[in-house]
Amino acid sequence: MNRYNRHIILSEIGQKGQDKLTQAKVLVVGAGGLGCPVLQYLTAAGIGTIGIVDFDIVEKSNLQRQVLFGTSSLGKNKAIAAKQRLLDLNDTISIHTYPEKLTHKNVLELFKDYDIIVDGTDNFATRYLINDASIITNKPLVYGAIYKFEGQVAVFNYQNGASYRCLFPTPSKEGAIPNCSEIGVLGVLPGIIGSMQANEVLKIILGLGNILSGKLLCYNALTTQTTTLIIHKVESEIKKVLSKKESFQNTVEELNCNFNPPEISIEDAFKKRNIQFIDVREKDEFPKVDSLNPTYIPLSEFENNLDKIDSKKEKIIFCQSGIRSKKAVSVLQKHHINNSYSIKEGASEILEYINQLHKQQ
Amino acid sequence: MQLTIKYFGLIAEITQCNEEQFEFSGTLINEFLETVYLKYPKLKETHFQVAQNNEIVSKETIITQTEIALLPPFAGG
Repeated sequence: MNRYNRHIILSEIGQKGQDKLTQAKVLVVGAGGLGCPVLQYLTAAGIGTIGIVDFDIVEKSNLQRQVLFGTSSLGKNKAIAAKQRLLDLNDTISIHTYPEKLTHKNVLELFKDYDIIVDGTDNFATRYLINDASIITNKPLVYGAIYKFEGQVAVFNYQNGASYRCLFPTPSKEGAIPNCSEIGVLGVLPGIIGSMQANEVLKIILGLGNILSGKLLCYNALTTQTTTLIIHKVESEIKKVLSKKESFQNTVEELNCNFNPPEISIEDAFKKRNIQFIDVREKDEFPKVDSLNPTYIPLSEFENNLDKIDSKKEKIIFCQSGIRSKKAVSVLQKHHINNSYSIKEGASEILEYINQLHKQQ
Repeated sequence: MQLTIKYFGLIAEITQCNEEQFEFSGTLINEFLETVYLKYPKLKETHFQVAQNNEIVSKETIITQTEIALLPPFAGG
């Protein structure tokens, strides 16, 4: 029996449609919560060539939702670990892995070899990079994004349609909208949103149904409600991107793409002398670590409050999970403010550590 | 005019509800948002896009429909 029999017997697909899938080349950026279900269904469907971009490694906290990985994948690069699982699912297709960061330098060259781009990333800088590169290379972009219990799906840049910048012209300030690792996410949600992305990819290739272009589908897992919003193409936004075509590859990466700010463990942080502790969480985030007497500067206001930084002290920065604090250190580096470190752990762990210290005393 | 306003993501967390009614007698989305900011000052610093009757519109648009939605961008994946 043919592997694709259930596709082929659909009169809307047939062998002709299945051949289209075999000939298609799809690049999935990010093999995380969204990327995993997208890759799983595209592989099973027999997309002939699949590319996977991800520089990250598999961590235990990924397994709650990133269903291509198991305990044997821990510590491995996500693109490479995904490929191993996917080839077991379907060894008749070609899978190319790019275990690297997507940058202005490599993105155009990478996109050139594919027909459709799928965005499964987890930060704004990369989302805008992908959007702009899809406009420049004229590739349809199947977008998905999630926040706690809600998700968004859209197809951008499809047959000269609206782009992500037509919806949100400028990026949010980094840190203003937390991602899954900072705020949490219901494990099944990326499964639902990623499956919807895979569906759009298949529809585009097969020429079936109505493509979710010029529309944004919003899904709420708690109310099981979907809302579809119409997005109008904004020519000026697209022209702005196209005007940067020539200099695109030379663009310097946004803050969170390039830097590798110094991190420190709680234990080592407490060994330092002459410390200024800085809490970069928003005002209403808990637990507070008042005993450290930290300076409170939310990351969203960080760059405008550099006067609160004591240049003579060692700056130890923390947040809820060690992500925003890292970004804050990059901001300080950018302003040539040295001796600053990001605590790897979050506020809860710091509080626990302090409590342990008190118990020992 | 009575408007129904829908909130998504981070915004629904600030307003503590997904939907509510607002009485409004002005003309533009921008003016309406000022009324909303009075109730939720935190929204002033929040990045979002506005939809009127399920259509993304600029904040300078005249209100002609009774359903408004505030949509923040999502980063997660």
